[in-house]
Amino acid sequence: MGAISEIFKRNIRQYGMIIALIFISVFFQILTDGILLKPLNVTNLILQNSYILVLAIGMVLVIITGHIDLSVGSVAAFIGALSAIMMVDMQMNPVLAVILSLLMGALVGAWQGFWVAYIKIPAFIVTLAGMLLFRGLTMIVLNGQSIAPFPKAFQKISSGFIPDFSGESSLNVLTLVAGIILSVLIVYQEFRTRKTSVKYGFELPPVWIPIAKAAALVIVVNLFTFVLAQYNGIPNILVILLVLIAIYSFVMNNMTMGRHIYALGGNEKAASLSGVKTKRVTFWVFVNMGVLAALSGLVFAARLNSATPKAGTNFELDAIAACFIGGASASGGIGTVVGAIIGGLVMGVMNNGMSLVGLGVDWQQGIKGLVLLLAVGFDIYNKSKTA
Amino acid sequence: MEMKSITKTFPGVKALSNVNLKVKAGEIHALCGENGAGKSTLMKVLSGVYPHGTYEGDILFGGEVCQFKDIKDSERLGIVIIHQELALIPYLSISENIFLGNERANRGVINWSETTVRTKELLETVGLQESPLTRVSTIGVGKQQLVEIAKALSKEVKLLILDEPTAALNEDDSENLLTLILELKKRGISSIIISHKLNEIEKVADSVTILRDGQTIKTLDMKMDAVTEDVIIKGMVGRDLTNRYPERTPELGETIFEIRNWEVYHPTQADRKMLDQVNLHIRRGEVVGIAGLMGAGRTELAMSVFGKSYGKRISGQLYMHGREVHLNNINQAIEGGLAYVTEDRKQYGLILIDDIKRNISLSSLKKLSRRGVINENEEVLVAEEYRRKLNIKTPSILQKTVNLSGGNQQKVVLSKWIYAQPDVLILDEPTRGIDVGAKYEIYSIINGLAAEGRGVLVISSELPEIIGMCDRIYTMCEGRITGEVERQDATQELLMKYMTRSRG
Repeated sequence: MGAISEIFKRNIRQYGMIIALIFISVFFQILTDGILLKPLNVTNLILQNSYILVLAIGMVLVIITGHIDLSVGSVAAFIGALSAIMMVDMQMNPVLAVILSLLMGALVGAWQGFWVAYIKIPAFIVTLAGMLLFRGLTMIVLNGQSIAPFPKAFQKISSGFIPDFSGESSLNVLTLVAGIILSVLIVYQEFRTRKTSVKYGFELPPVWIPIAKAAALVIVVNLFTFVLAQYNGIPNILVILLVLIAIYSFVMNNMTMGRHIYALGGNEKAASLSGVKTKRVTFWVFVNMGVLAALSGLVFAARLNSATPKAGTNFELDAIAACFIGGASASGGIGTVVGAIIGGLVMGVMNNGMSLVGLGVDWQQGIKGLVLLLAVGFDIYNKSKTA
Repeated sequence: MEMKSITKTFPGVKALSNVNLKVKAGEIHALCGENGAGKSTLMKVLSGVYPHGTYEGDILFGGEVCQFKDIKDSERLGIVIIHQELALIPYLSISENIFLGNERANRGVINWSETTVRTKELLETVGLQESPLTRVSTIGVGKQQLVEIAKALSKEVKLLILDEPTAALNEDDSENLLTLILELKKRGISSIIISHKLNEIEKVADSVTILRDGQTIKTLDMKMDAVTEDVIIKGMVGRDLTNRYPERTPELGETIFEIRNWEVYHPTQADRKMLDQVNLHIRRGEVVGIAGLMGAGRTELAMSVFGKSYGKRISGQLYMHGREVHLNNINQAIEGGLAYVTEDRKQYGLILIDDIKRNISLSSLKKLSRRGVINENEEVLVAEEYRRKLNIKTPSILQKTVNLSGGNQQKVVLSKWIYAQPDVLILDEPTRGIDVGAKYEIYSIINGLAAEGRGVLVISSELPEIIGMCDRIYTMCEGRITGEVERQDATQELLMKYMTRSRG
């Protein structure tokens, strides 16, 4: 028993948030008479929150380095506007336009990263300025008006689904197959971890722990795909999200780049004296944020099927809240990509659930604020208890 | 003042068990013990940082049982603690700092004339000649320490607790401070001094209490019991340390690292030369010391050599294995075979919120990774290897370094740099704030490095340590090398003479 309580204690924040997510989901599931987890609504949940989750991935990296980015909402709007100009006004090929948009995002990120990393202006100020600057630019390039509609192919980013093998069945077969493939991968991964542990002669946890872990994951994955299969199957954006989560988790956990980001946020001076190129790392974290903000702007524009001057308003606050609910530390050095995603989902499910039961936006805002405060309060209480 | 059978437990650890401490009125009482022995915890209990109810046992002050709820409670009775890390606000003036939280005010409106007059009186008492309006950030650590004491005096202190008051001070400032404490004693103020510097304790203390592993070992009267350093050390570590420096027969090889005509200017004051014509060399297998008072430029030398991390307009040459090298940033320095263990391991050496494993691998991730992907299994093996080799005392390599004692933290930093496999290691105050037992281990590690054929450059403020450890010693003063002494000729007096050989 000691082993699990130890594992649990070390990851209390993560597990705590997963439990909170389940609790909130069940709560609204009951309150909405089962509407929340209906296949249509689950699909909607993913589509509605995708652009915030994309931002949260970039934001958690920024927060881990000990900075913040207030400009992402404006940057998303700006890139959305540019993409509309390219695709709608200039009739550019959507693929080319998307690539150029992402590059523009990188440039925006490089601009901000330059001021933060090399000139050492606090990120709060640089990105506050960026928030105003890029909102202003958005309105200028759009002339204060919306641009629509986008080409069909572009809209598919946010509204399309992976096509099924056949259109016959009422259940989406491909989705179920994907669930099974994922399950196999999960089991294989657990097996491989155990095998390398044996190879390196590490102490092994009791056999039932990996089995229980894999079983829980397999059940969740297949339940999820089963629900999706009852509607249109796998949304394109879900694939993009999962790929991003996988890549960024891998970079943060397994690559030197990720290690350098954590070290920089934990203690910049010590990291620098250990040979971490702190300025360069900070710079690239902001470039990365710029690219993801651009992607988020594209996803949002595609979903809305128009670029508007007011797009992306308050996105930055939702993304930042997602990171902190997901266990990131405001002083840097602590946080995970998966945590930020879970934090984003907690917010998303609450938004959706509260809307379904007919709570007004006024109440929604207030309640979300309290949840953020309580989540971080719980975190700090936990830390002071274990310290 | 008396503390009776104090027991304090943290989750999982018993920090203090049945500790007794008795301080007579008007005496200077020293508190000794290895790091982690419970000295600071005991003082936090006494000063109300840990409020009544979070520990067991009684505190008696002037015969009455006290139940402090917070620091204010204990201060009201005249118990004031001065922490190791000074608690002054750098951007406020001396007088504002002295009366911080205790302002001379009427209904919230500060009476500045009274504040200034009182500050002047207090500064005179502690012998500090500075204007009350001087910003604290502009005066040195020694003077800041005096401001802290003035602050304590403003609260009508009866019992002053000083946690390692001289750790960051040079010999002169230390001397002043100790004299001041003796002065205060004449005015009837008792003090408790926590210190690792046993010679200071011998000088000023009337009695000494030794703690080990959260227990009182013994209380000695300095005069009656003929206390010597050795007696205290024996009490602290529970064994005889007949030899404080491990034996070593140096096997010196050819010169592996050389600094020639090294000149460095201050990073912000453009015309201020910090290092002037520094020349030194280190041979294979040699432990070379740099002795100098604070401000002599020792750390500046080390940092400017280590990838130019300090200073501007750096000129001069570096030779590694006889070939000139240009180490323009830290990565080049590391790749060039240099390692620098910083003076302040918490601020500059460790990622405190990260675990031991990640700290050890940080400088050498390249070795552990292929195409940027870290082999975490190898990393665990490496961390385990160094934990064993350097005897890092911890339940697991996944322990966060913030939870380790000073000695073990230093071993983690050393592991990091030894794993980077440098040819030359520069160790800046490698045993500062480390208890006697762990110091011996660190010395053994240094000797091991030399025996492997590396060169070691040790910067230290403790002359006995330099003399005990080094084959050859350079002295520095005002940014210049002022002497070079072989081990057999080195005495504290001679080194001190060179260290104070200033230009003017």
